[in-house]
Amino acid sequence: MNGEQHNGLYHPQFEKDSCGVGFIANIKGRKSHQIISDALTMLERMAHRGACGCEPNTGDGAGILIQVPHEFYTNECRKLNIKLPAFGQYGVGLVFLPKDHKVREECRNVLARQIKKMKMTLLGYRQVPTGHPDLGETAVNAEPVMEQIFIKRPETLSNPDDFERKLFILRKYSTRIVNESVHGVNNKFYFSSLSYKTIAYKGMLTSGQLRPYFPDLENEEVVSALAVIHSRFSTNTFPSWSLAQPFRFIAHNGEINTVQGNINWLKSKEAFFSSQHFSREELDMILPICNPIQSDSSNLDNTIEVLLHAGRSLPHVMMMLIPEAWDGNEHMSQEKKDFYEYHANLMEPWDGPASITFTDGKIVGATLDRNGLRPSRFLVTDDDRVIMASEAGVLDIDPAKVISKGRLQPGKMFVVDLEQGRIISDDELKKDICTQQLYGKWLKDNKVRLQDLPEPGGSFHKYDPNTFLKRQISFGYTSEDLRVVIAQMCDSGKEALGSMGSDIPLAVLSNQAQHLSSYFKQLFAQVTNPPIDPIRERMVMSLASHVGGSLNLLEETPEHCITLELPTPILSNGELEKIRYIDHRHLQTKTIYTYFKADGQPGSLEKGLQRICQYVTDAIEDGFTIIILSDRSFDSGHAQIPSLLVTSAVHHDLIRKGLRGKAGILIEAGDVWETHHFATLIGYGASGVNPYLVYQTIHDMKKNNLLREDLTEEKAIYHYKKAVSGELLKILSKMGISTLQSYHGAQIFEALGISKEVVDEYFTGTVSRIGGLTLDEIAKEALAKHKLAFPKTPNLTPRLEVGGVYQWKQRGEAHLFNPQTIHLLQHSTKTNDYSVFKKYSKLINDQSEKAITLRSLLKFKKGKAIPLSEVESKENIFKRFATGAMSFGSISHEAHSTLAIAMNRIGGKSNCGEGGEDEIRFLRKENGDWENSAIKQVASGRFGVTSYYLSNAKELQIKMAQGAKPGEGGQLPGHKVDEWIGRVRHSTPGVGLISPPPHHDIYSIEDLSQLIFDLKNANREARISVKLVSEAGVGTIASGVAKAHADVVLIAGHDGGTGASPISSIRHAGLPWELGLAETHQTLVRNKLRGRIVVQTDGQIRTGRDLAIAAILGAEEWGVATAALVTSGCIMMRKCHLNTCPVGVATQNKELRKLFTGKPEYVVNLFSFLAEELREIMAEQGFRTVNEMIGQVDRLGISDLENNWKHEHIDLAPILYKEPMSLDTALFKQEEQDHELGAVLDWKLIERAKAALEQAEPVEGSFEISNRNRAVGTMLSNEISKVYFGPGLPKGTVHYKFKGTAGQSFGAFGASGLKFELEGDANDYFGKGLSGAQLILYPDKRANFIASQNIIVGNVAFYGATSGEAFIRGCAGERFAVRNSGVKVVVEGVGDHGCEYMTGGAIIILGETGRNFAAGMSGGVAYIFDKNNSFKKNCNMEMVMFDQMESEDEALIKKMTLDHLTFTGSDIATDILKNWQESFAQFVKVMPMDYKVVLEKRKADLSAAQTGKKVAIKV
Amino acid sequence: MAKPTGFIEFTRETAPKRDAKERIKDYKEIEKNVNPDHTQKQAARCMDCGIPFCHNGCPLGNNIPEFNDAVYQGNWKLAYQILISTNNFPEFTGRLCPAPCEASCVLGINKPAVAIEFIEKIIIEKAFEEGYVKPNIPASRTGKKVAIIGSGPAGLAAAAQLNTAGHLVTVFERSDEVGGLLRYGIPDFKLEKRVLERRVRMMEVEGINFVTNANVGVTVQVQQLRDDFDAIVLSGGSTIPRDLPIPGRNLKGVHFAMDFLTQQNRRVGGKKVEVEDIFATGKNVVVIGGGDTGSDCVGTSNRHEATSLTQIEILSKPPKDRTESMPWPNWPMILRTSTSHEEGCERQWSIVTKEFIGDKTGNVTGLKLAEIEWKEAEPGKVPSFSEVPGTERTIPCDLALLALGFLHPQRQGLLDQLGVEVDERGNVKCNRYQTSVEGVFSAGDMRRGQSLVVWAISEGREAARAVDQYLIGESLLEAKEEGMLSVK
Repeated sequence: MNGEQHNGLYHPQFEKDSCGVGFIANIKGRKSHQIISDALTMLERMAHRGACGCEPNTGDGAGILIQVPHEFYTNECRKLNIKLPAFGQYGVGLVFLPKDHKVREECRNVLARQIKKMKMTLLGYRQVPTGHPDLGETAVNAEPVMEQIFIKRPETLSNPDDFERKLFILRKYSTRIVNESVHGVNNKFYFSSLSYKTIAYKGMLTSGQLRPYFPDLENEEVVSALAVIHSRFSTNTFPSWSLAQPFRFIAHNGEINTVQGNINWLKSKEAFFSSQHFSREELDMILPICNPIQSDSSNLDNTIEVLLHAGRSLPHVMMMLIPEAWDGNEHMSQEKKDFYEYHANLMEPWDGPASITFTDGKIVGATLDRNGLRPSRFLVTDDDRVIMASEAGVLDIDPAKVISKGRLQPGKMFVVDLEQGRIISDDELKKDICTQQLYGKWLKDNKVRLQDLPEPGGSFHKYDPNTFLKRQISFGYTSEDLRVVIAQMCDSGKEALGSMGSDIPLAVLSNQAQHLSSYFKQLFAQVTNPPIDPIRERMVMSLASHVGGSLNLLEETPEHCITLELPTPILSNGELEKIRYIDHRHLQTKTIYTYFKADGQPGSLEKGLQRICQYVTDAIEDGFTIIILSDRSFDSGHAQIPSLLVTSAVHHDLIRKGLRGKAGILIEAGDVWETHHFATLIGYGASGVNPYLVYQTIHDMKKNNLLREDLTEEKAIYHYKKAVSGELLKILSKMGISTLQSYHGAQIFEALGISKEVVDEYFTGTVSRIGGLTLDEIAKEALAKHKLAFPKTPNLTPRLEVGGVYQWKQRGEAHLFNPQTIHLLQHSTKTNDYSVFKKYSKLINDQSEKAITLRSLLKFKKGKAIPLSEVESKENIFKRFATGAMSFGSISHEAHSTLAIAMNRIGGKSNCGEGGEDEIRFLRKENGDWENSAIKQVASGRFGVTSYYLSNAKELQIKMAQGAKPGEGGQLPGHKVDEWIGRVRHSTPGVGLISPPPHHDIYSIEDLSQLIFDLKNANREARISVKLVSEAGVGTIASGVAKAHADVVLIAGHDGGTGASPISSIRHAGLPWELGLAETHQTLVRNKLRGRIVVQTDGQIRTGRDLAIAAILGAEEWGVATAALVTSGCIMMRKCHLNTCPVGVATQNKELRKLFTGKPEYVVNLFSFLAEELREIMAEQGFRTVNEMIGQVDRLGISDLENNWKHEHIDLAPILYKEPMSLDTALFKQEEQDHELGAVLDWKLIERAKAALEQAEPVEGSFEISNRNRAVGTMLSNEISKVYFGPGLPKGTVHYKFKGTAGQSFGAFGASGLKFELEGDANDYFGKGLSGAQLILYPDKRANFIASQNIIVGNVAFYGATSGEAFIRGCAGERFAVRNSGVKVVVEGVGDHGCEYMTGGAIIILGETGRNFAAGMSGGVAYIFDKNNSFKKNCNMEMVMFDQMESEDEALIKKMTLDHLTFTGSDIATDILKNWQESFAQFVKVMPMDYKVVLEKRKADLSAAQTGKKVAIKV
Repeated sequence: MAKPTGFIEFTRETAPKRDAKERIKDYKEIEKNVNPDHTQKQAARCMDCGIPFCHNGCPLGNNIPEFNDAVYQGNWKLAYQILISTNNFPEFTGRLCPAPCEASCVLGINKPAVAIEFIEKIIIEKAFEEGYVKPNIPASRTGKKVAIIGSGPAGLAAAAQLNTAGHLVTVFERSDEVGGLLRYGIPDFKLEKRVLERRVRMMEVEGINFVTNANVGVTVQVQQLRDDFDAIVLSGGSTIPRDLPIPGRNLKGVHFAMDFLTQQNRRVGGKKVEVEDIFATGKNVVVIGGGDTGSDCVGTSNRHEATSLTQIEILSKPPKDRTESMPWPNWPMILRTSTSHEEGCERQWSIVTKEFIGDKTGNVTGLKLAEIEWKEAEPGKVPSFSEVPGTERTIPCDLALLALGFLHPQRQGLLDQLGVEVDERGNVKCNRYQTSVEGVFSAGDMRRGQSLVVWAISEGREAARAVDQYLIGESLLEAKEEGMLSVK
């Protein structure tokens, strides 16, 4: 893609994009220019879904794919003296060529030779006319020369498909040859498309620029019966014209999370490609199919086309690559399941959120990922048009012409066949495809299931108490691993929870021998794609995988499914033995031992790995299809190779040799006990893992009474496996991956502390940015453990080491917070003694003996000192401080308000966390103190997020991820939700609350942009901040965030605190802020976006030195959380999740809260000391202001790393890289973002509402509305909240009518007093965060379709709503009323995941629901009018029950239905009310079990109280 | 962890003590037996802190939360294994340690600390009872020989560790019995000698050679040891007591506390007292010095049935609770009342002793003393005091016991002959426990100056590791602060 060197942390590989997509077609295949013109309009109307960079006129990319306009080209070519043959007799391509004339000629020459070689005729070139609609400088600089090439079909090819295939080969091959051979081409030679059927016009444009840029598109002669469009919102503006979409077959809105693995697997299968459609030579010309440096979408397109050209139909290919959730789906037909199961043997899913529009020029269609994570709305008109787009309302269509309105459902496909002239439904289409072969029979005859395997010939290994301890020691087990990790899993079937952040050394810095997995950090989804909830949305997840050799991907035979299915990757000893003895047609197993010579000589480990790779190769060539890599065999002279290293080494060796597809790899390893160990092994190629030493350990623990008494060994192992499975699902899901098969080999890790040589050779393709251990050093670390098991003097009874990871130990890992530092910090802040604080900070800063953080390896260069008095004042610096987000609920009111008061005193910002805030605190106290948190957080649970809450913030922080558990949700157990917390969170006391892993209104960067817009409307004075967690690529995401108009981006370190997280997440997910911050700063500077956004960082910030380094790496603000808590009395119990904090900080226990002794003064002292220490460093360095300091990385050098041999190969230069920049490039925030509030409809609404706002008088009004009017009513609600506070205006005071298609977030955070009536339809996030308003929605009165059977509102309506009511005549999309806590709604049908995580309110559904209804629903009630008795199978029964109706239920349903009829004129409501008795009997009541218990208890208490009262009166 | 809510449910309760009036009639230990259930409740109070300050406060680095959890779970064997992994002699520390762990216990911030020392004692006694404590005989010998000079807790700990590592250990003791201060310094009512005996017998079975009445440098030639052993560990303690050079010091009836305590220990142990008897019986006894040794003198004097008993201390009376200048988790200088104090004694603070008054026979009859006032010290300087005018008085005193601490080890003999360097305080100077003479190591009070039993054991262990490394080149003996997994 580009040959540029990357010295800093930014890499184009990290770029992500997502977008608006759509198509329009004439079902009957009638071509017209109108189709194209309409398509361009659609694109323009989705401008808000695309983005532009630092220059508003440089787009991220836009394009259109249409049928070849034959007449037009014939005419144009005639002018150029090119005689085009008839349609189908020639191919046309749009080529991007370099600007340099000479280079361009050379490209053409090479191309011409290739055309000739392939026996085709070059007819000529046509210069594509391009207009210059004010293109931005960045786009202009990268702009290619665009030409069309016309190639004649050879006479020998009679079949048009054969011709199309030849063009494909030509395009693939010539692109490669030209880019390889022409000097100076710099990969700028590119075919946008080359086909006889279709042509793509695209470029690095905004959606508005596409039309004027290509005058062809405005020519009336250019006609097509279909048009696919795409507008790109990239996280970054790396100038690239070729990454614009559509590609040749698809336009993709989404992200392939597993692309690294998909590419590897495909590559490993290429060696045995063969096809009747390609000669061997031709296959060689098109390989490799994928290119790792291209975007995920582009690689997906590459894969689709080769599968297509090899003979599968386009829908078939799509089903293969993006299968529905079939595993365990009881609703799916057997045929379809068979199809998917069969194809799972051929290919793993390309997993991730995706709305894909596809076309081959004859059909056009679309499909959606299994979880429905992208919106896709369509409508069909009575003049044969189909319009599909990410949004409704992108084209003005006469409502009277609309036949139907629908949406693409999760996993479903929608195809328009222009030749047949009809829409083919998902059912019909898939049935045809699934029955074209006897997939079911093939599976039955060939597939091998683990449970069907015969018992093994003999038991291979037994528990040997003599060597057992030796093994534990040599693999690095500690007693802490047994106590904290394994025992907990055996006990509860879940991973242990921990709290507070990780303050131990990074693996590469630690003085203790580490597990190799600890050098690999889990990556996770943030912003550009959503994590999944593996518990509540289990139905889309799967842990199954297959082992065995795979066959030719381009064909389908019964033999393709001779594989062994593993339902889970965790193998018991018995299962492994079964596999070891397997002998079934071509399934045989070879065990290979993985040891190396323990002589400590350089190269020994490498030799060992080479030998093993060779043995594996030999075994595969001998026909073995299952390889077991076993570390059971080691002795005093031979040490075991870390299983992760050997797995990945073999995996990549086989990929390189083209043999990977021939065999599956299983691991029999002793160094596997944490869930993270499993994840790394699977991520680097293992299909199954047998953790034999854990089983032995559990046996031994049972024997020695280290397990709960009532727990049998079998039960303990069962629990252990359950815990690992659950946690694996979570690790997958935090990256947004739903199947283990896709995760397998996907390498979703960043290596931290492994040298480039090792990564390139053994972990190929993994991101590793600071260098680290060489192979010999890895050996050295392994031998350190091995040596302990085989000491020189064998007298001592060896013992397991104590660990010290989770609990500070004198002989364990170092911790930043330890007895000394805690004591000194508390003592200094309490007594306001700066000299004691200096002792504290010296202990933290001087890590020369025990390095913990990356920053400890940095040092300040000698600067030109200035007097301290010249440095800006402490008071000036205070406003740059924030405390971390800690919710009231995770910490006590006393601790929470202490921090708030302290921060308000100094003018810094406290952060209320995600639990809402008591409204009393919004008002100042009499003594002048203020408990109001300046930062109000908006997290996925949206607890207590009301218009009034938002209106009382100085900053609104969108929490995308949390350092301690990025990509995960959380749960507040019911016993912690007391009356107070329940009230503040707008939930029921006693009922548990779930924070989902994703924000359900942020599945993509354009969604985030929308939420930022919503919040800005909700409070124009507040800064909008987005909290991200450091990982590779966070800089590009931050750029996207800047482009989405956030005012602040927070880069949190992986080591931030938590009230409760799984311990593996605390340790193994995310990266240090030094990396993320530096990458963010570098990338923002590179994109000239740095001046538009404040960068803040947090994570274990403890001293003034930390602040200074953060500032120099690019942060102008800092968050300090743990240190502030410790100052308030926290002593790092790490028991926050148990509610037993003995110092009253992290507890809600009334008695314990009394023990809180923190004071705002102490916290003020802390910040004062921090600022003072920073000032001292500034003075030494000669900085007068913090702003001067930001990004001045040349002030930092690297300390001598002599203390520990492990530090020797660390290279921090990328962190200290300075982007080349011009003098005027901003290095800190200098200009305000354009939030585009000027054009919002609300200004008009506010103006009209003057009487209401000023005198609370009723007002009315009507307004036209379109999809470009977003967040309508939000700003008006902010005005109401400012004047009328929480309660708002009386019901119906502001009664407005709207007509048209409402844009996203209609009525978001709508305050009490609003009554909005919308005639037409609406998009996503309708009524989001509704705070008391009334919303009424019905179709255009002129529409002829049946309202109740058509879609009227998009996805995620009423997300996080707290109060109000709504009446919707028609169906809603996916995730209706998610996390609703108080709204009452009537609707006529909903999609999947309805009422998920709901905690309050009432939902009445007068029609059908999708799957997984009520998942995670802990409160509120839903009533479903189940006329066809089909609802119950769609309901997720884990937390709810079908309850008896009571008289108050009847009254409520009846009243609401009547209101529905009155407001919307609903037919169904009429019918229901007409036959009330009969209808009422058909309602099903969905009631959360816990909620019912709490309600009943309350009722009982109430009546008891009343009886008590009566008794009292009597007496 | 133990019970998450244990600290809320249960209060601190240690072992009940025998009634003071009863117990002063004998020299038996003071604490009564308790049932295990009681101990489990006490262990349940442990909060398993993320940062166990107790573990930090313990000079041995005992893994306190871990053994507390094991006790709570009723897994006594595990508790014993955890305890013994850092502490060779919990039966000593469980009785004698002032428990700095408890002072730094997190629970102590706002509630009574976990009864750690009590739990420790119960664990080890239970372990002996159940037979968990077995001789740890090394499977093979390294062929290296180590001499240990001095059989106090430091020497014993070093011996135990080095023997475990497979070295042949010989312990030289100049007294007639093994144990150092444990044997003749500490009264039986704090440590019954059977406890010491039990351990020493165990160590003998393990293969450790004890040689008593062997005064190295006097009766045993230093050069002989140098020739016969591959390494030597000096653990002879800090034996030179601080004197009180005031008029009347030479009067009869003025004794060093250790002389008094040693002979009583011999009596209790059924040994002959080969020097002049010192009895408190029927006397007005004044113990000078407010520390632990002084307290032992008080307990012993009460058992002798002294007529009156006064303990005086030059420092001012400490406060009952922590003050801001000694915040948690630091060791607080607060008023401590020992079991001996409970048995009856008048305690006076801020007292300076000016003169011993004697009668014509040269016996001491009184003590001239005065009250003083302390001045706050200037930074970096020693605090000073001045006498409060008009407070000088004489109190009756027939027996004065000097319990003013110890200065340094004895130089003549062993140390001089070895030629080891000493530091400015007169203690043996070491670098990682190795003295200035190659192959000669030192541990305990001899190296560190007078300190606690728990420190002595810690020193012995650490020195053993240094010796092992010296002899073998590596050591798998556990170190306090460095884990085995260290790769530095």
